[in-house]
Amino acid sequence: MDDLITREYRSVSGIAGPLLFVERLKQASLGERVEIMAPNGEARRGQVIELSEQHAVIQVLEETTGLGVTGTRVRLTESAATMDLSPDLLGRRFSGVAVPLDGLPPIIPDVRMDIIGQPMNPVSRDKPSHFIQTGISTIDALNTLVRGQKLPIFSGAGLPAKEVAAQIVRQAKVREGDSPPSSRGLSPSHGPFTIVFAAMGITFREASFFLSEFDRGGVMEHAVLFLNLADDPTIERLLTPRYALTAAEYLAFTLGRQVLVILTDMAAYCEALRQIATAREEIPGRRGYPGYMYSDLASIYERAGRIKGRAGSITQLPIVTMPDDDMTHPIPDLTGYITEGQIVLSRELHRKGIFPPIDVLPCLSRLMNLGIGPGKTREDHRSVADQLYAFYAHGRDIRRLAAIVGEDGLSEADRLFLKFSQDFEQDFVNQGSQNREMEETLDLGWKFLGYQPKERLTRVKPELIEKYYGQDVKREPLNGKPD
Amino acid sequence: MSGTIVKISGPTVVARGMEQVRMFNRVAVGRTGLLGEVIRLRGPEATIQVYEDTTGLRLDEEVTDAAEPLHVELGPGLLGAIFDGVQRPLNLLATQRGDWIGRGVLLPALSRVRRWTFTPTVRPGTAVVGGTCVGVVQETPKVEHRILIPPGISGTLGKIQAGSYTIEEPIGWLNGDRPLTLLQRWPVRRPRPVAERLPPIVPFITGQRVFDMLFPIASGGTVIVPGGFGTGKTVVEQTLAKYARADIIIYVGCGERGNEMTEVLTDFPQLKDPTTGMPLMERTILVINTSNMPVAARETSIYTGITMAEYYRDMGYAVAFMADSTSRWAEATREISARLEEMPGEEGYPTYLATKLAGFYERSGRVRCLGETDREGSVTIVSAISPPGGDFSEPVTQGSMQIAGGLWALDSDLAHRRHFPAINWKRSFSLYTQSLDPWFQAQVAPDWPQLRIELAALLQKEEELQEIVQLVGIDAVQDQERILLEISRLIREEYLRQNVYSDVDAACPLAKQYWMLKAQLRFLEYCQGMLKNGHPIEQLLASSLRSELERMKETPPDGCIQQAQVMIEKMQQELR
Ligand SMILES: Nc1ncnc2c1ncn2[C@@H]1O[C@H](COP(=O)(O)OP(=O)(O)OP(=O)(O)O)[C@@H](O)[C@H]1O
Ligand SMILES: [Mg+2]
Repeated sequence: MDDLITREYRSVSGIAGPLLFVERLKQASLGERVEIMAPNGEARRGQVIELSEQHAVIQVLEETTGLGVTGTRVRLTESAATMDLSPDLLGRRFSGVAVPLDGLPPIIPDVRMDIIGQPMNPVSRDKPSHFIQTGISTIDALNTLVRGQKLPIFSGAGLPAKEVAAQIVRQAKVREGDSPPSSRGLSPSHGPFTIVFAAMGITFREASFFLSEFDRGGVMEHAVLFLNLADDPTIERLLTPRYALTAAEYLAFTLGRQVLVILTDMAAYCEALRQIATAREEIPGRRGYPGYMYSDLASIYERAGRIKGRAGSITQLPIVTMPDDDMTHPIPDLTGYITEGQIVLSRELHRKGIFPPIDVLPCLSRLMNLGIGPGKTREDHRSVADQLYAFYAHGRDIRRLAAIVGEDGLSEADRLFLKFSQDFEQDFVNQGSQNREMEETLDLGWKFLGYQPKERLTRVKPELIEKYYGQDVKREPLNGKPD
Repeated sequence: MSGTIVKISGPTVVARGMEQVRMFNRVAVGRTGLLGEVIRLRGPEATIQVYEDTTGLRLDEEVTDAAEPLHVELGPGLLGAIFDGVQRPLNLLATQRGDWIGRGVLLPALSRVRRWTFTPTVRPGTAVVGGTCVGVVQETPKVEHRILIPPGISGTLGKIQAGSYTIEEPIGWLNGDRPLTLLQRWPVRRPRPVAERLPPIVPFITGQRVFDMLFPIASGGTVIVPGGFGTGKTVVEQTLAKYARADIIIYVGCGERGNEMTEVLTDFPQLKDPTTGMPLMERTILVINTSNMPVAARETSIYTGITMAEYYRDMGYAVAFMADSTSRWAEATREISARLEEMPGEEGYPTYLATKLAGFYERSGRVRCLGETDREGSVTIVSAISPPGGDFSEPVTQGSMQIAGGLWALDSDLAHRRHFPAINWKRSFSLYTQSLDPWFQAQVAPDWPQLRIELAALLQKEEELQEIVQLVGIDAVQDQERILLEISRLIREEYLRQNVYSDVDAACPLAKQYWMLKAQLRFLEYCQGMLKNGHPIEQLLASSLRSELERMKETPPDGCIQQAQVMIEKMQQELR
């Protein structure tokens, strides 16, 4: 018999993949969290994802091994998945569903928030406008990151996405004098950024790499970690970014911190999504991924930004491994359609030993323009970026041409472009672990613009050419004042 | 009348006991009264599409019929407003509910307390029909809101009086007892009727050289803008919303980014309308349903927007309707169709996708308005499309291409090399070119079509030569051909490329478009002539004429035109 007082049900009628079908579960509400007792008494968690007169469909967040049609009990909790939040989150390590992993007691909540989150009202959003210096020239000069932006790293198996992400975490800083107000005794003494790290399906080795990098960079006490590793339950992964972003929203919009969220690897998240869709026998979309994957990913990526009248911000750096290095694969494709640009790693540059192996042509930062220019970075920033792009794109064409007709078939001018593109990769893109200031990066850009005669700099205003061309000393500091 | 919920699946709910309800009626779902619309009836069961997040909803909760279809509100106060997909005013929602969008809030689109000064333009006793203008309200300093008799109604005007009214107070009476108000309602999915459709003969001027010169669109036409992510669809939509010549702009952010809309919201109130000099926001209505807002409301947002567009068209205005992106709308349709367990067609889209797309695009047009013989209005649709993987063979691009009069195809390769607008000139087309030529000839220059043909031929020639160079190297081609390649590249880089972030060049008037191109094409002739006369190619490539042409677009229109004329004169003299 179902026990109506504790709201416990034994009417499981079927199990398929990670789904549990329960009859007569009429009291449940959509999205409600449930507890599932296996016949051997073990407790698991689940969530109601569909309701009808015949049955309720429950998505089981852990393994379904050991569950059966008989002997399994389902208990309603009367609440959707929520998260307990307080400033004590900082420095803590949790599982993919926010269970403490560090041996410390659970958070005593100041507030409790629904992890699904509501969409931000577009009119309440504040325009992102502060650039983040990452110390990486290809990003800072050509694809500037801005606070409140979502900028994924598109990587391929074996490419150093995690090294690039870790370098950004270590080096990221805002160059304007508006670090967040300290609230409730928390002083953001360690750089302006608070890190929220969500691991989904990555290996223990990769996770350890990040943890030791955070340690090395001294960011650990200003970080909150959520770890769902490769051998943790797959379906749990669907909630991991949502717990992480709920924490991020609290830190940013309640505590006023500048939060940098690393989500890795979104490809593993999408696999979990596909698994659920298959179990529900949904009509598959492209390459078997569900038709609503765009909306689902948007419900994660759109939780970045700033809000008028609030001090904090959420900047997202998701890592997306492109299956087969294919940028048109639905995972990177739909990501690119939602995020505000992308940083793309290249196997070719990686093979040449260039680090970071960022191929600037397919890269983009859509918010770049909001964060650069006079008073923010430097007056020549836009022009330097445009002109470097034009030269490099042309240089790459010439390289392709040279591969066919040989260097001898090139004109004098074209040979110069060829040399430009090679040197640009070796000295501008390739910077190893160097941390470059924005001025350094822009000056280096001018060095490369110097490969061509002045007249060819058609994307730079004559005044700027006059001021910067062919000089190699450091000129004005950023914002017109010493740093 | 009300029924009870028997099934909940994402944004769709099935309720029983709904025998009396009508298709597309508005309903309130559950204890919190979520906004829904009836989209299928089967015996006593109604399937409802819910416009808000259904989390927390339970079986057996009540569904109440509002006994009327889902409506769009029409009247003064629309301009400058920002709505979600079901026309809830987002500013008011933020004031009431805070920074995150709450649920179960039913807010009227237009203010019930704001007063408007109404001035009648007809006398009592006049015979009126649907579409007759009975008076005006100055909605913004530049836009006169014409109050029309709603379609389908006619009779004799009774009392009608100037004064200050809220949108619900009667401004007059029809046939003695029927009140006329500033507020009208129109079912969200039904096109508004017109007297007659007119042929496309006036261009929709965009201020973008590649569009106006190579692929011009008619006012009242439809153009689709497909392209992979980051190729510049949104920038095209926003640039046109800023600089295109139109009286009213309706911008629908359909399933796209929040931060993008923030840019519009902060920029538009500061930017000036190029023709009237008033803040852009005063000619604009925004409908915003971002990708993370409820998917059913995304499906409706396009209809909400186009209905408002038709309403202003009916007043005799040229309306530009910008949809970013139609693909997200089609995907919302697909998602709902899947929940209804309808038979899927290609790529999971419902089999009626093409019909539905056609139904939307067909709402564009240049028309003679209802009610008066000489009032003309138009709705021009600019529809961004986001093909998966940038592959145009997918159903939404294909379905749209069959109906649209123009295609501005965006290209990832051009975007990667920062050639913007990243228009692939081989793939793009306009079916309006011929019918618009007379206008350009009369208004700009008689040889406007000639320049377009020359430009297209040059681009074609360049491509053929490129193929040869790829095989044999540049050293192996003749100087005549080398110079053609160089100047063709100059035209691509300096004419077809147009940077929206440039102060001067973001929008380019037609006369400047004409003179710039003319000077550049004449430069090619000049160089070819000089080569024949024995001048070395290096000297021509290093000439100051070339550098001048390369920087021309950054010169303000008047100066640029003068400069072009002087250059053309000079080149002709030298050649003689
Ligand atoms: N005319 C232009 N001038 C300068 N830059 C441009 C222009 N058009 C596009 N861009 C650049 O390309 C970027 C991407 O453009 P946009 O956001 O419009 O792409 P999209 O096609 O809408 O992509 P998505 O489908 O992902 O929304 C812009 O952020 C801008 O940097
Ligand atoms: Mg876009």
